[in-house]
Amino acid sequence: MEVLTMRGISKSFPGTKALDNVDFTLRKGEIHALMGENGAGKSTLIKVLTGVYPKDSGKIFVDGVEGEAHIHSPQDAQNIGISTVYQEINLCPNLTVAENMFIGRTRGSRVHWKENERKTNEILTNLGIPAQANQELSHCSLAVQQMVAIARAVDMNCKVLILDEPTSSLDDKEVQMLFGLMRDLQARGVGIIFVTHFLEQVYEVSDRITVLRNGELVGEYPVSELPQVELVARMMGKNLNDLADLEEIGQKKENVGNIVYEAENLSSSECKPFNFQIREGEVNGFTGLLGSGRSESVRAIFGADRVTGGKVKVKGKSVHISKPHEAMKAGIGYLSEDRKRDGIIADLSVRENIILAMQVMKGFFHPMGRREMEKFADEYIRTLKIKTAGQETPVGSLSGGNQQKVILARWLLTHPDYLILDEPTRGIDVGTKLEIQKLVLKLAAEENMSITFISSEIEEMLRTCSRLIVMRDRNIVGELTGDDLNQASVMQTIAGGGR
Amino acid sequence: MTVKATSRNSGNRQPMTDTKLLMLIAIGIFVVMYGAAMLFIGKRFLNTQEIFNLLNNNAYLIILGCSLTIVMIGGGIDISVGGVVCLSAMSCAKFLQTSGMEGVPGVIVSLLLALGIGLLFGLEQGFLVSYLGIQPFIVTLAGMFLSRGVTTMISSENVPIKHEAFLEMKKTALQIPSVGKLELGAIIALLILLLMYLLLRHHRLGRSIYALGGNQQSALMLGINVKRSRFLSYVISGVLSGLAGYIFIMHASSGKTSIGLRSEMDAIASAIIGGTLLTGGVGNVFGAFFGVMILSTIQEIMAASKVQESYWQEIASGSMLALFILMQSVVLSRRGKKMSLPAWIKFKKE
Repeated sequence: MEVLTMRGISKSFPGTKALDNVDFTLRKGEIHALMGENGAGKSTLIKVLTGVYPKDSGKIFVDGVEGEAHIHSPQDAQNIGISTVYQEINLCPNLTVAENMFIGRTRGSRVHWKENERKTNEILTNLGIPAQANQELSHCSLAVQQMVAIARAVDMNCKVLILDEPTSSLDDKEVQMLFGLMRDLQARGVGIIFVTHFLEQVYEVSDRITVLRNGELVGEYPVSELPQVELVARMMGKNLNDLADLEEIGQKKENVGNIVYEAENLSSSECKPFNFQIREGEVNGFTGLLGSGRSESVRAIFGADRVTGGKVKVKGKSVHISKPHEAMKAGIGYLSEDRKRDGIIADLSVRENIILAMQVMKGFFHPMGRREMEKFADEYIRTLKIKTAGQETPVGSLSGGNQQKVILARWLLTHPDYLILDEPTRGIDVGTKLEIQKLVLKLAAEENMSITFISSEIEEMLRTCSRLIVMRDRNIVGELTGDDLNQASVMQTIAGGGR
Repeated sequence: MTVKATSRNSGNRQPMTDTKLLMLIAIGIFVVMYGAAMLFIGKRFLNTQEIFNLLNNNAYLIILGCSLTIVMIGGGIDISVGGVVCLSAMSCAKFLQTSGMEGVPGVIVSLLLALGIGLLFGLEQGFLVSYLGIQPFIVTLAGMFLSRGVTTMISSENVPIKHEAFLEMKKTALQIPSVGKLELGAIIALLILLLMYLLLRHHRLGRSIYALGGNQQSALMLGINVKRSRFLSYVISGVLSGLAGYIFIMHASSGKTSIGLRSEMDAIASAIIGGTLLTGGVGNVFGAFFGVMILSTIQEIMAASKVQESYWQEIASGSMLALFILMQSVVLSRRGKKMSLPAWIKFKKE
């Protein structure tokens, strides 16, 4: 029996169609995985369902609600039995477990500590959650906090429980505890929507899978009928049998030069230890689904996250890199995935943004002359064809593609031996994408620069990289070169052998 | 994961909460400090009346400590309290002297006037901070200037109170034989302290203020009316400041423009010493009470040891505050938390 039916849901934001006529159903007592790559529309669908966004069109039916359900706020959603537990836990760490269970739900002005704690202990015992009612929430592990959030939802009689990336910050044991609770709720008839990017976990607990891509419904499948590799293909929108022929732009270079950068057992607070090396003039790539650890690995190389161990050699010499400026001194440049957050400084001018990295390299006690700065800025605005009104235009007013070129110019100006480009083509138009790909190949060929190129689009990687490192669930699971560089084998490796 | 370690016996003792821990540190320091004063300076510190004097002289500051604790638990700040104390005190003094309303009615109306002034500031500041989302530091800075300005407008001279019924009430005190004398103002302050403790601990509003100070987004998702709770925290702070002004003239029996100068800073310091975190979500009014006691004991020690230069007192208070903040951050970081900037200092993202 269906507890939730969503039909023909559409939602547009200025410039994009986030959801286009999407259907979704959830049965009583099932765990239903909602899958899709970045921008597929998963979170928009969830937000429409929980009343955070109003939908443009479509209908939502919920068991127990006569006719169409009207959901205009998270409160509405909760009242008809739809609860969400987010990755970043929405509880108050400074209150006790019992308070977190009952605050905001009780009437009357007095707080009944004893009664709340008694009821909470009952619920916790009932669901097998290892916590105590009078414990301060911050003293519980993340997994337990998440389970408390779930317990609260269950106690509010939810019929539909949405778990949005609940396992991202849990270790294996904690994940198992969470799965235990999920199965328990399933047996009690709660329908669970499970959003995650961990493939293995989907196959471990889910009954059915719904795949979205670019805001459209790809399909709904029982887990047993969709092998893992098929799922990856559906998420990425590629048919295994239909391998688009690769259009060569520029010449890819096989690895010939000396080793420029070498890491042994490098690990950071965000990624597991890995080995990696890159040669002069080589372009390689890290690939994997979102959250597989591809960005975390290159951030560790650049020292952008807290480095926790490993040996690093640059051009054969041992160096210590734990901060970005140390990486820069060693000749490494890094163009970050999220240009809004760690890349551009929107209020500074194009010139200032371009000069920034070079200024850091020189040290702030060696200021650059105005004329020198203008010369460099001018040169790169021309070479990279940055469309800007002038050097003094604030970068924030440029288009996404041109902002990206400004950051690229910033790093090129420092003449790094090794340049890391993390999603340099995300959110920019096709023309600029091609230009950036060409530039990558040109830099490698003409200036002998070593480049790591990361992109969500496999074609781009196949076109530019001569070696691909494949990651899954934060581990390197394969390295592809030569003839293995094709979509089929990339997807096989991402999905893993099983199923 | 300590799955088994935290097995469920309902009577199991939990590790101390941050609030309690920080407050216990404050109490400990107070006891040690007072004990040292009794040992090394002796004289008046051996007299029990001395403790009562601390209460009598600082009754208004105890109330302000409560104000600040409540606002700061909610993640805000209120620096207008000193100005509001002064305005309320001056207005009452002027009213009692010039209105000609004699007897008990005069006393009651003046009290209502004090509370009304506080309420007005509380409503205005709470509205601006909570419903219009303006930085509390700026809003209450404006309130501070405004109240000081209006005070001087009412009178730039000292206004001694000669209202008979008022002076009669002022004399009311709890006389405990062979222990000491506790003035009415101090009794009221202690009652307010108890009341605010009950509000914060056992009332839905109090818990909501803790929740929004802990994590505003979460509080919203948990179904708490975040805006109203924050609004009310400023209203309470305002009303208490008005009352504190009244308590002040009950002790000093004259209105001056210098009343409550710097007292907002003393109140903030007391709250912090008592374990209220600038980040919000953690704190306790009893802690603030001991904060006031610590600061005033420092003052008394300086006076008793005949230190003429007033800067020594400030240096001592300043060092004490710095020491406390340092200790708090050590304690909290040992518990795996970091002190971060409070919301009202941070600039808005993007």
